[in-house]
Amino acid sequence: MINLDPKVPEGNLGDKWTNYRGTMNLVAPNNKRRIDIIVVGTGLAGASAAATLGELGYNVKAFTFHDSPRRAHSIAAQGGINAAKNYQNDGDSIYRLFYDTIKGGDYRSREANVHRLAEVSVNIIDQAVAQGVPFAREYGGLLANRSFGGVQVSRTFYAKGQTGQQLLLGAYSALSRQISLGNVTMYNRHEMIDLVKVDGKARGIIARNSLNGELTKHSAHCVVLATGGYGNVFYLSTNAMGCNVTAAWRAVHKGALMANPCYTQIHPTCIPQFGSYQSKLTLMSESLRNDGRVWVPNKVEDAEAIRKGTKTALDIPEEDRDYYLERRYPAFGNLVPRDVASRAAKVACDEGKGVVGTGLAVFLDFESAIHRYGKSEAHSKGIHNPGKEAIRKLGEEVVAAKYGNLFDMYLKITGENPYKMPMKIYPAVHYTMGGLWVDYNLETNVPGLFALGECNFSDHGSNRLGASALMQGLADGYFVIPYTIGQFLSKEIRTPKIQDDTAEFDTAVKESQARIDRIMNIKGNQSVESFHRRLGAIVWEYCGMSRSEAGLKKGRQMIRDLRKEFYADVFVPGTSAEFNPELEKALRVADFLELGEVLMLDALDRNESCGGHFREEYASPEGEAARNDKDYTYVAAWEWDENEPKVHKENLVFENVELKTRSYK
Amino acid sequence: MKLTLKVWRQKSKDHKGSFENHQVEADDHMSFLEMMDVLNERLISNKAEPVAFSHDCREGICGTCNMVINGKPHGPSKGTTVCQLHMREFKDGDVIVIEPWRAAAFPVIKDLVVDRSSFDRIIQAGGYISVNTGQAQDANAIPIEKDTAAQAMDAATCIGCGACVAACPNASAMLFTSAKVNHLALLPQGQVESSRRVRAMVKQMDEEGFGACSNTGACEVECPKEISITNIAAMNRMYMGAVIGAQDQV
Repeated sequence: MINLDPKVPEGNLGDKWTNYRGTMNLVAPNNKRRIDIIVVGTGLAGASAAATLGELGYNVKAFTFHDSPRRAHSIAAQGGINAAKNYQNDGDSIYRLFYDTIKGGDYRSREANVHRLAEVSVNIIDQAVAQGVPFAREYGGLLANRSFGGVQVSRTFYAKGQTGQQLLLGAYSALSRQISLGNVTMYNRHEMIDLVKVDGKARGIIARNSLNGELTKHSAHCVVLATGGYGNVFYLSTNAMGCNVTAAWRAVHKGALMANPCYTQIHPTCIPQFGSYQSKLTLMSESLRNDGRVWVPNKVEDAEAIRKGTKTALDIPEEDRDYYLERRYPAFGNLVPRDVASRAAKVACDEGKGVVGTGLAVFLDFESAIHRYGKSEAHSKGIHNPGKEAIRKLGEEVVAAKYGNLFDMYLKITGENPYKMPMKIYPAVHYTMGGLWVDYNLETNVPGLFALGECNFSDHGSNRLGASALMQGLADGYFVIPYTIGQFLSKEIRTPKIQDDTAEFDTAVKESQARIDRIMNIKGNQSVESFHRRLGAIVWEYCGMSRSEAGLKKGRQMIRDLRKEFYADVFVPGTSAEFNPELEKALRVADFLELGEVLMLDALDRNESCGGHFREEYASPEGEAARNDKDYTYVAAWEWDENEPKVHKENLVFENVELKTRSYK
Repeated sequence: MKLTLKVWRQKSKDHKGSFENHQVEADDHMSFLEMMDVLNERLISNKAEPVAFSHDCREGICGTCNMVINGKPHGPSKGTTVCQLHMREFKDGDVIVIEPWRAAAFPVIKDLVVDRSSFDRIIQAGGYISVNTGQAQDANAIPIEKDTAAQAMDAATCIGCGACVAACPNASAMLFTSAKVNHLALLPQGQVESSRRVRAMVKQMDEEGFGACSNTGACEVECPKEISITNIAAMNRMYMGAVIGAQDQV
């Protein structure tokens, strides 16, 4: 058993980070210039880390498989970013953000990490505004806020429905500045395909230049992974097509541990699937649940009529609608956390009340909001006795100002106008709370290897609250790693430049080339895409919104069989020494085929339900997740083994928060 | 629906390219890229080379996808990237011509994939506010008028796809460059270095080989984020002032 020491500093929860920061080891400016750092990934976490480390004076080499750092999938985050600013004077505080996040995560995250996240959240907003991020503002010129699921305050900052884009462009601009100053060397179209260890420490990577297939060696004093989540193991997800687990999984092959892989987030509001050719699912931001009301018809026959197309949502009278979130969870209503909302949608559809042909969708209705805003606008404009049409028009304008780009996106994809007809939505894979195991310093169990953002596991427990992913990515990159990396690097100031002409690097290149050759030489009959689709279907069926012992065992075996078939019958066209997107995909799918098995094992090991992990055997009489704190208050960190992956455990210690049954009723 | 595709195939920047014809069966709900996926799956099953095209988020925000469809960057729908274009915009029997962005500053890598790193270098030249992490004051210390913030946001929605360049007869990058210049200059935080910024970014734009602006307005029409051409006018004005008043070199 590997000893997983979280290295949480001593002291009161609220003082830990301040005291630790004030006493931790530093690297002097003259030494920083002699130290190289590799940062893989240029999303919110990677770009902010690379930029900040560059500003501090380190030599940074940054890598992305994209054609530009600005393409990272953080760009697609819509709704917003949380911060405990309490600008709304509605009772928010650092402690409340901490507590909401711990509770939202169903008490499966590390207290000290989460509190630090809440502390630095306020700095992120300051930093972003200083970079020119055009957050939404009120008429007085001050920043606007809105609410997200699982909380009762308004602490979410936003830039229309494009908050991720604006924050990423902010981080990208900071990174671009460091590139122009020569502090960061940027490698676009370079995909990390192996981690190199020297004397047990992470000292470099092997990257494949996607333009010509060349395997390139890169050495540094340490390696920072900020390569995002693994949601694409499900094939269909809200992730971009290129999102993958390869960098993290290669690190696992080199001894890093994958923590809580079964904690995956199914987001309740996505555009439902239409056809078998579908390549991805599109999210409709959680912010819509501020104003949208979720419902299904009360009567199964009404749902059937809607599915057949003989009735529409507008034909269902108010009394025949079941606003099931408002009914089941009066305290939080439509703004319950994502895991709760997703499961409730599944329950409604399982009862036969789904509202599209596949039976898998519920309504998200803006009628009440349009009416409410319309009346308020008319009032503020001094229009007396406005007609129904006038109210509608004014209301639609307000809704358009808040969510216009999301409504447009919905219209483009579905061909239906959401201002007139309620949206149809269904849960889809969106985010992965699991990730590489890291300690308080964000260092994995491999010395000198760090993991940031969605790539690590540390802050969201078994369910992430909305608008917290952007917060965590930027917290890690701007305000945590620049400090904590010093704990490792302060001991490396006498280490000369790491050479890449050594046996370790040569072996890594040879092994990578062998892996590529193996896949190229199969020359089978099935496309990479077809394997990925089949893998996704298995993971979704047996390790999706609800899981069972029998299903997980079956799913595991199916993945093992599929992996065998992949290595016997996959076909990758072209050669490895050229621009070859199919080969890139094949290498990623090969890693997903291993990770998928560990997902099943982790879900099987965890004989409880918590957050996004719902085991059918462990539910309360009302159908809510039933935790088992006595036996499962731990982080499960997995070591890869082709035959029998092994689990290591870090016990979670709660000194400040009392573990309670999570209730949003 | 049955469609005939005329797709640009080009092995690399140094090879000559040409059109290749393919028949494809598509349905209404498919996105354009899913139709391309269907084509590629068939090519792969015939052990042929799939068509290389750029794509990633498939929700219109990452700016990766780039195809000129029937002569229009991102195809026929207004304010839409290729990945958000759906096949319901086409009908049975249509012939669809698919080409990469064509501009000297965007060399072809393979088929429909082009190199847009010139855009990164324009941003690196000055598309930022010079503030280090940790130097910021409280976010509400400087109020910004709601409308001004909204204007900055409108300019900032640029996804860096390059459709403006592909649409322009001169392959000018003025819309891209001016959107960033204006986004930052509109905000008090960005005003401080706006003179230096506009000179540096325009200089880099010229060095990359983008053409001059002759006010055809094609960029605005084809921009999937509907960025306004008034950004170009504002940048021109800012640039003139900056060059005339400049005391230093960028």
